[in-house]
This record gives sequence, structure tokens and C-alpha cells, in this order.
Amino acid sequence: MRFVLRRAGFFLLTLWAAVTLNFFLPRMMPGDPAIAMMGKFRGKVSGQELKTLETIFGAGSGESLPSQYVHYLGDICTGNFGTSLFYFPTPVGTVVGGAIWWTMGLVGITTILAFVLGTGVGILAAWRRGGVLDGIAPPLLVITSAIPYFWVGMMFILIFGLKLQWLPWSGGFDISDTPAWTASYIGDVFEHAVLPALALLITTIGTWTLTMRNNMVSTLAEDYVRMARAKGLRPHRVMLNYAARNAILPNLTGFAMSLGFVVGGAILIEYVFNYPGVGYMLLQAVENEDYPLMQALFLLITVAVLVAILLADIATAIFDPRTRSSR
Amino acid sequence: MTTLSAGGTTPHAPRGSAGGTPPHTPRGFGRMGRALADSRKATLGAILLAVFIVFALFPGLFAHDSPTAEAYDRNLGPSGAHLFGTTGLGQDIFAQAIYGTREVLEIAFGAGLASTLIAAVIGVAAAYLGGFWDGALNLFTDVVLVIPLFPLLIVISAYVHNSGTGVMIAVLTFTGWSYTARQLRSQALSVRARDFLAAARVRGERASYIIAVEILPTMISLLVAAFLVNALYDVLFASSLQFIGLGDPNSVAWGTMLYWAQNNEALQTGYYLQAIVPGAAIALLGAAFALLNYAFDEIGNPALRPVRARRRFGLRLRRPAHA
Repeated sequence: MRFVLRRAGFFLLTLWAAVTLNFFLPRMMPGDPAIAMMGKFRGKVSGQELKTLETIFGAGSGESLPSQYVHYLGDICTGNFGTSLFYFPTPVGTVVGGAIWWTMGLVGITTILAFVLGTGVGILAAWRRGGVLDGIAPPLLVITSAIPYFWVGMMFILIFGLKLQWLPWSGGFDISDTPAWTASYIGDVFEHAVLPALALLITTIGTWTLTMRNNMVSTLAEDYVRMARAKGLRPHRVMLNYAARNAILPNLTGFAMSLGFVVGGAILIEYVFNYPGVGYMLLQAVENEDYPLMQALFLLITVAVLVAILLADIATAIFDPRTRSSR
Repeated sequence: MTTLSAGGTTPHAPRGSAGGTPPHTPRGFGRMGRALADSRKATLGAILLAVFIVFALFPGLFAHDSPTAEAYDRNLGPSGAHLFGTTGLGQDIFAQAIYGTREVLEIAFGAGLASTLIAAVIGVAAAYLGGFWDGALNLFTDVVLVIPLFPLLIVISAYVHNSGTGVMIAVLTFTGWSYTARQLRSQALSVRARDFLAAARVRGERASYIIAVEILPTMISLLVAAFLVNALYDVLFASSLQFIGLGDPNSVAWGTMLYWAQNNEALQTGYYLQAIVPGAAIALLGAAFALLNYAFDEIGNPALRPVRARRRFGLRLRRPAHA
């Protein structure tokens, strides 16, 4: 319990750090992008938009830095992220809400799949040490994990989308289709997700296999595994219930932490496939200099990662008694 | 004067015996070198990396065209004169790929070395100083570690606008040290209780000396492995930022080539090589770092070595004993 409470404290601290980073970054930059930005938008946008910019950059308001900071924190706590400049006058929260489900569906499912498949291959490779799988998988996966995600996506578009024309490669669904809970629409969404999901899967699976294999190799050398074998337990029981169960623990936190990296990688996958998720929106916000939207998306991604880590911590506390006893 | 030096001999005596580290290090290097030569992964990775370094140092030897001159017809296919064809602006793609090696390697080595160094200082200082400093540095490391890196890079780059090589290195260093720091801290914690450190403390060495001269050399293979991972991610991140147009669009770099290929709709219009060549180059350089890193992991943790290679290694060790 104390462990979980401490992790919750860490959650809040990190969240505060991310918000503070959001606040200070534009103010710290050389050449003061705030002033430049205000000058650029003045006259072109309405008074309310200008006010949004003022809260973000603090330029022109005449407020002191500390009082700006307090204002900013207050706004964030009450869920007021300002108004999107590009989708004006829609509030940022509403704009983001439309994109988040696409990313959750695509990246969430793909990440879980990569973790399960990768870990499985890792367990088998370590169990059959020196076997065919152990000979082929690690070196191959070392190389695939070094390929840029987005380039794999581009190659998939080239081969399966443009050349073979097997699958659609742009957007989340066909424009001619109307979003509804019909079979044709769901099938369409699924079809559009296949290529980006495969591109993500191929580039992320390697890390799981390699770390799981290496953890497993160390665990298999432990005495309790030898003991289990000596007792004459069935091999697959030794492999899964004795060795793998312990070898997977360090990977649980790693799994949650990598969500940040996967969401990061998915930004480019979404960009390449024009997939209407959070990452694609983030890059559009950057391109349109829609800073309120950009800041909100950065916070949203951070919160998503933090929640995942907190969940993984709780899971670790349940599965690993050592974390509970060592306070 | 004489008394001083006479008095100096006694504290020198334990230094000699505690100096188990200095004679240890060259032997460690020798063993590392042999293990590296034995690993096929390391050999392949080293050859790839060496080739890229030669490209970066002497691009003119391999490519005879200027990478920036818009001197030829646009979107030419591959031919004897243009091995990989030309870009949408009429630049030679082969020349761009060769000249582009330099910027990528500058970023990989610059940011990779800098972030590994920061990580080593913070991680080892936390472990060695312990107490309040360990708590504070560790918390700081963990906070930086969980803030999602790539989105943060995008946000920073968006404010900076068209970041060149120097800014890119600074941003990647500033954001990329935390994972290594955590790794090195736990390694340093395991070294902390060893006798040679107690000896150094007893003879009154300063903490900074002990960290730099006594602890860091014991972690060389770990440091190298960490550098290789950092360099790999720096290559991938820098190229990604350039690809989405957050780098300097006029630079000669692989990520920038991909940016122009995307702008030119190279895939849709059939000029595949504009997208394939720079991406393959990134993948090859990334593979070089990844293979070397994997080999170093196996050296640091012998249990991970492939079963066959270990047997071969054993035979080689036995031979001089029989002779």
C-alpha cells in the first residue's frame, strides 16, 4: 500500500514537472518566440484568440512571471487548455477528444500485441537455448529494432498499398463511409488499421523478445528452477510458472514506460498513414503553429504514459511480493 | 622535504595494493577486444560503422557530384551517371546519401557521447554520495525518464524552428540521458561496497576523484554499450525530426532527404529511390550501432553469449595451457 501511495506521489510530481515544462519552454527559448508569435497573430485574429495566446505565452499581459505561472496552473487544473487557434473557436479539449480514440485503438492494441507476441518468442528462445529460434530471432530482431518506424510504414505503403493494392493506406476510414456502428464501417476501420499496425508491430516486437530472452536466461540459471526440474514437473510448467513468471516482472514497468516511446513512434506512423489520431493532430498543430493545441496534446500524451506506469506499478505490487515487503 | 616524502610512502603503500584497478583495466580491454573479435555481430557492426565513418570523413572520394547543386534533370531514374537517380530538384541522390552521412554521425557521436557522460556523472554520483543526494538525483532522473521523449522533442523543436546540427545535439542530449543514468546508478551501487573504494576513502581521496578514477573505469563495457544505444536513438530521433520538417530543410542529411521525398510525393509518383535510399541508410547505420551494442551486452553478461560461440571461446583459452 505504501508502495502504491509513493508511486501516486511520483505521478503527481511528474505531472507537475510536465505542466511546468509546458509553461517555461516557450518563455526560455532564444529569440522569444512568444513576442514573435504575438506580433504575427495581432490584427489577424480576434480578441479572444489573442487572449488565449496571452495565457500561454504571457506576452503583452504585463503580468509578472510568478503570477502568470499561478494562473497557468489554475487553468490546467480546471481543465481549461484554451481555444485551438486552427479549429477556432472550438476548445482544445473537444478537438483532442475526437482524436484520442483512434490512437487508443491503433496504438493500444498494437502495443499489447507486440508485448504478448514478443515476450512469447523471448520465452521460447531462452527455453530452447541454442535452438533454431534462438539462432534466428535475436540477430534478426536487433536489426529490425534499428529501422525507423515511419520508413517501414512508407515501404508498406509502397508495397502493399500502391503496388499490390491489397489494403488502403491513408486515413482511418473511407471518406465515402459514414461513421456508424455498421458492419461495413467497422470492417473499413479495421482495414485501414492493418498496415499502420503491422508497421508498428514489426519495429516494436524486437525489444520485447530480446529483453525477455535475456531476463529468462538469467532466471533459468536460478536454483529454484533447477529444483522444479528435479521434482520432475512438466517442462512447460517449469517454463511458464517458474521461470517466465519471474522473468516478466522487470518487463512490466518497461512495458508501461515504453508506451511513451510507442506513442512517440506512433506519431510518425499516424503522420505517414494520415491516421486521424493524437500524433497526426500534434504534427498538424506544430505545422499550423497552433500552440494551445500542441501544449494540450503534449500534456495528454504525458498523462497517458503516467497512468500506464501507475497501473504497471500496481500490477508489480500485486505480482511481486518483494516490492510490498521492502516498503 | 625528506620527512614529507618519507611520510608519503606509507599512504602510498595501500594505493599500490588498492590499485588493483589500474592493472585490471588493460587486461579488461584485452579481454574485451578478444571477445569482440570473436563475435560475428560485433564484426559486422564494426565494419558497417567504419564504412560510414569513412564516408563521413572523405565524401568527395566516393561521390563526384555536389549534394546541393540542382544541376541535373529532375526525378531521373537510376543510371550509370546517377547511381540512385536525382531528386525532385535535380540533385544527385547518391551524392546526397554519401554527404549526408556526416551530419548524422556528428549528431550520433555528439549527442550520444554527451548524454552518456551526463548520465555517468549523475548516475554514479547518486549511487556514490547516497543519502539525500541519491534521493534527489534519482527522483530527478525518474521524472525526466517518464516524460515522453519524442513528443517533448517535437514541442521543443517547434519553438526553436529549423534546428541545425548544434541545436539538435543540445536538445537530444538534454532529453536523452535519463535511462542510462538509471542503469549506471544500479551498477555503481553494486560496486560501492568493494574494498578498493574503501581504501580510496581511507587514504582521503575526494569524492570527485573516486567517481572519475576509481568507479567509472570499472564500468567501461557498460558505458560503451550505453553510448551505442544512445547513438542509435539519436540517429533515429534526429532523422525523424528532420523527416517531419523540424530540422533545417536546407541541410544535407538523410532525414531531410526523406522530408523532401515526402513533400515530392515520391512514393505516389513512382520515384521510389528518393524515399528508399535515405531510409535504408538510416536503417544500416542504426543496425551497426544495434549490433555492436548487442555484442557488448554479451560481453558484459557472459550468460547471454550464444552457446556455440562460448564453446569456441573456451577452446581458444585452453590451447595455450596444453602447449
